[in-house]
Amino acid sequence: MGPGVDTPTAGSDLAKILKTHYRAQMASIGLVGAGLVSRSPRELAWRRFRANRIGIPAAVASVGIAFFAIFAPLIAWAINVNPNDRDGTAITERGQTIGRFGGMSWNHPLGVEPGIAYDLLARLMYGARISFMVAVISTFATVALGLIIGIVSGYYRGRVDSVFGRFTDFLLAFPSFFMIIALSGPTIQRIERSGIARDNSARILYLIVILSFFGWPYFSRIIRSQVLSLRERDYVVAARALGASNRRIIFKELLPNLWTPVIVYVSLALPGYLAAEAVFSYLGIGIQPPSASWGLIIADSTKYILSEPTYFFIPAISLILVVLSFNLLGDAIRDALDPKSEQS
Amino acid sequence: MLSYISRRLAVSFIILLTVSFAVYVIFAFLPYDPAALTCGKTCNDPGIIEANRHRLGYDLPFFTQYFLFLKGLLFGRSFGEGAAMITCPAPSLGYSFQEHACVTNVISEALPVTVSLALGALVMWLALGVGLGILAARFRGRIVDQLSTIFVLIGTSLPTFLTGLMLLVFVVIKWHIMPFPAGNYTPFLENPFEWAQILLLPWITLAFAYAALYTRFVRSAVIDTSNEDYIRTARAKGLSEGVILGKHTLRAALAPIATMAGLDFAGLLGGAILTESVFNLPGIGRLAINSVVNIDLPIIVATTLLAALFVVIMNLLVDILYAFIDPRVRVV
Repeated sequence: MGPGVDTPTAGSDLAKILKTHYRAQMASIGLVGAGLVSRSPRELAWRRFRANRIGIPAAVASVGIAFFAIFAPLIAWAINVNPNDRDGTAITERGQTIGRFGGMSWNHPLGVEPGIAYDLLARLMYGARISFMVAVISTFATVALGLIIGIVSGYYRGRVDSVFGRFTDFLLAFPSFFMIIALSGPTIQRIERSGIARDNSARILYLIVILSFFGWPYFSRIIRSQVLSLRERDYVVAARALGASNRRIIFKELLPNLWTPVIVYVSLALPGYLAAEAVFSYLGIGIQPPSASWGLIIADSTKYILSEPTYFFIPAISLILVVLSFNLLGDAIRDALDPKSEQS
Repeated sequence: MLSYISRRLAVSFIILLTVSFAVYVIFAFLPYDPAALTCGKTCNDPGIIEANRHRLGYDLPFFTQYFLFLKGLLFGRSFGEGAAMITCPAPSLGYSFQEHACVTNVISEALPVTVSLALGALVMWLALGVGLGILAARFRGRIVDQLSTIFVLIGTSLPTFLTGLMLLVFVVIKWHIMPFPAGNYTPFLENPFEWAQILLLPWITLAFAYAALYTRFVRSAVIDTSNEDYIRTARAKGLSEGVILGKHTLRAALAPIATMAGLDFAGLLGGAILTESVFNLPGIGRLAINSVVNIDLPIIVATTLLAALFVVIMNLLVDILYAFIDPRVRVV
């Protein structure tokens, strides 16, 4: 954490003495405690975050899940499982898993998929890679688009603002969920025919592009309203009076003040997009076999829901836990960044 | 007030027209031959395809097609000539060759299912969400509040299709508490008991997710307003806690709740796609999904438009309601 805004620079003895003196005076008249330390907003937020009983465990869980997804090939190699290997010895001739809890064993820590005998842990880890990739890139694209358009329309106002404003009105009234489903088939075909990407890459590309396309209007509204108020602040007026260019004002004066809405929005959007990827794959417009995705595994597991309940519950509960821990982390971050919440 | 409403009506109308045009443009430039799709995926008899192309007007220029579509909405539309003529009365959304029916009829069969589903869920989640939110705010930090926090967390983290699947597995299949709702929707007027029995689990599924959001919102709204000066004044006047809650605190939170509820309800009316497909209910959502899978263009366009229509109408209703709920809103 960086030093507080009003912390004196090292070696400045006079400032140190003055500060001690001032503090002692304040303490003597009972205004503040003797140990008062000045803290930057960032420091305060970090202290609030640490004081939150849920924040740290949620952060650990979220990072752990991300770790599993990022290093899936390494982990799979270390515990000797492979998402594309069929283990014929783990299922009966009729495709049922052998052993209790969906065939859990040392070879297959979470059991195997009935019928096809893929290792479930490996499939879940590789599936998480795809889900995370879609969620992270979509979140990044949504935030970038919303930030750029929000700042441009809030800062320049006038005609630019009204053009973007009407366009966001239109997009917000548009039945996006429907369009994502309705356009999936033809658009994916188009992407494939154009040669940009094939099969599942084309599907992933489609999901990312369409989720970001329908995602930004809401965020750009928030940013725009923030910028509308920020641009009238004294320090922006002062910067302009000093002859700062628009570029400088936007990057040096406005952007640093927009980090809080950005972080808050990311904490909301990321778990949302994770769940969205699962939902669309569940509905059959996301990732297709033989690749793995959580929605796809859950959709497949519903076929065996009576005979192989473990196969349904492991991916289902994993999905819930992932979304839950990201939501909790987001809550903790939002609380920490909220200056109205009690200081610790 | 009247001029405000008429102005808002005009804007809504323009938005709808834009959306309809956009949807039409998007689907007109897809790499599909709509005429070839009319006779099934395996059919490649050019004679039938050309006949259907002419019959459905797909051989006309784009703007003429769009104009005919709008005209059909207002005055009804006929396809073909002579004995083979098919007439869809107004409001006609076109003709689906795959369903062998006018799109309006297909939609009006599915709509009651979705309306029943959305309405029941709305009642449930408003009761649960507002009730629990008030309780959690009143007994802040106590056991009710903590339980409601857990409820909110689970409700917001559980994707609806998982809630639905789990309810099906446990309540219907494992514990046999309810019979299997195998997509045999019964209209309310035919047998209200069976209607409710089939829709109960879908209602719970939807209400669970939405109630969590509303609980969180109502709780923080009640806590925020209870710090306001006018609440302190009301308490100082000696008003009972019940009156303060009902007439002062909740009144302030009502407007944003109405907005949320209106938009969420509109979203569901456009098709509760996941819940309908999990419980196999023959509503708009399942119709939309099936039409996408079968590439039934007239139905895709119609369901998309319908969803937009609901959003626009509810937006309008909510804005008008606002003026009645919140006297601070000036209507000019």
